[in-house]
Amino acid sequence: MRCDVVVVGAGPGGSMAAKTAAERGLKVVLIEKRQEIGDPVRCAEGVSKARLSSMIKPDPKWIASEVKGARLYAPDGTSIVMSEDKSGDEVGYVLERKIFDRALAMDTARAGAKVMVKTRALDLIRRDGSVRGVRAMRYGEIIDIEADVVIGADGVESKVGRWAGIDTSLKPGDIEVCAQFLLYDKSIDDEYCEFFLGNELAPGGYVWSFPKGEHLANVGLGVIGSRSEPGAPVKLLRRFVETRMPDARIVEMVVGGVPVSGPIERTIADGVVLVGDAARQSDPITGGGILNAMQAGVIAGEVVSEAVSSGDTGVEGLMAYEKRWRESIGKQIARHLDLKEFFIRLSDEDLNKLMHSIQSEDVSKMDLRGMLRVLIRLNPKMLWELRHLVM
Amino acid sequence: MITVNRYVCGYCGACVGVCPVCALELVETWIEVSDECIECGRCVKLCPTGALSLEGAKG
Ligand SMILES: Cc1cc2nc3c(=O)[nH]c(=O)nc-3n(C[C@H](O)[C@H](O)[C@H](O)COP(=O)(O)OP(=O)(O)OC[C@H]3O[C@@H](n4cnc5c(N)ncnc54)[C@H](O)[C@@H]3O)c2cc1C
Ligand code: SF4
Ligand code: SF4
Repeated sequence: MRCDVVVVGAGPGGSMAAKTAAERGLKVVLIEKRQEIGDPVRCAEGVSKARLSSMIKPDPKWIASEVKGARLYAPDGTSIVMSEDKSGDEVGYVLERKIFDRALAMDTARAGAKVMVKTRALDLIRRDGSVRGVRAMRYGEIIDIEADVVIGADGVESKVGRWAGIDTSLKPGDIEVCAQFLLYDKSIDDEYCEFFLGNELAPGGYVWSFPKGEHLANVGLGVIGSRSEPGAPVKLLRRFVETRMPDARIVEMVVGGVPVSGPIERTIADGVVLVGDAARQSDPITGGGILNAMQAGVIAGEVVSEAVSSGDTGVEGLMAYEKRWRESIGKQIARHLDLKEFFIRLSDEDLNKLMHSIQSEDVSKMDLRGMLRVLIRLNPKMLWELRHLVM
Repeated sequence: MITVNRYVCGYCGACVGVCPVCALELVETWIEVSDECIECGRCVKLCPTGALSLEGAKG
């Protein structure tokens, strides 16, 4: 089989990349190893309303709920409220990703791309040293899909990058390991996302509760890998749910890893582009990666289309991708990496102190950066090394 | 040798992403371990469900 571009992985990043390239007239093949796109879910499904709407028209079919804001709890229970329009990148819509991912893949098919499920990339095909497509297994058979460019959108596993010589493997401090239950409990507030901080609850991470309507919510937590141990996320989550909502009815379980390494050195190689979690583009503080993957996917689709029509699909021809994502989503990812490295070192006492200091301020209209600015003004000594992030 | 408890594994792929030598593969709902494994134990530590274990010496 021969095409212009083969995209590996039909998550939000891969689908947006494939769709964008197909809309520009390229012959595109999108392969996905699962037999059902979007399932099983590995996500808490929270996204910013404004940012999502700038990329795709929201469809009630894949929106589970809309929230008014977020509540943040310190280890001792002190809390603050952030409103939806300002807590911006963190909350807004809670999606139904099983439907969302599928809808994006269907849009991609409608745009002209060939979508192949149950098709797993095994390796890159090389000819005269250059990448010339992927070898894949489809329904148990080996097939070659020849292409000028391979877009690796293969998520946390990120093997395409490694086959291309980019070391994407995550060290323990570069990953949040997570567990989540979709549960029903009367105590769930349908209008607010909630975040609980604390080294006992989730070392180097946090517990989240994202409502999905009618007292259902994705309740989960992430632990920084360097402080995790075998099975810790599941154990900690069970403890949280058993102590805080003993009557909860659990109807689904999710486990997974979110890259929090921040920008990696290189996301392109000769004939290869990495997108989304595969390029480690998820946010190191929030762990959010859907929208970054989608935005990077669009940039990749555009750059690859130009590269294919100009005939230069080598590193030079793809360089615009590297530049464009670093100048857009890359800046925030880099800033949030510094923030994460600092926050995972804070003790519960520090976290309580920070939360107490901000009680008398009105933060309901602030975004994360605005809030950080206030926190630094109120706690100059503790937060001295973060000054550069709000300049 | 790395062993995978298939009754515990949640097929999330986190272990695949952390393996420094690309020795793991997630095939839809199960994990395969190749001979390249250097028994560093990173995947064991990071598995959210505790499905992995490192047993015996390399031989
Ligand atoms: C517990 C948890 C909670 C999260 N919560 C949020 C949240 O609230 N908001 C948010 O924005 N983000 C969240 N994230 C992160 C978010 O899920 C990811 O950032 C997002 O899915 C990345 O999209 P992607 O397209 O890059 O990769 P993915 O969605 O992971 O898609 C990759 C696809 O590639 C396929 N694939 C892999 N290897 C191959 C191969 N060899 N051949 C063929 N196909 C292959 C996979 O099967 C998969 O379908 C969360 C993650 C976890 C684990
Ligand atoms: S990290 Fe654990 S649960 Fe996830 S796929 Fe690997 S063995 Fe299974
Ligand atoms: S023990 Fe180390 S080398 Fe072996 S599979 Fe696990 S992470 Fe890879």
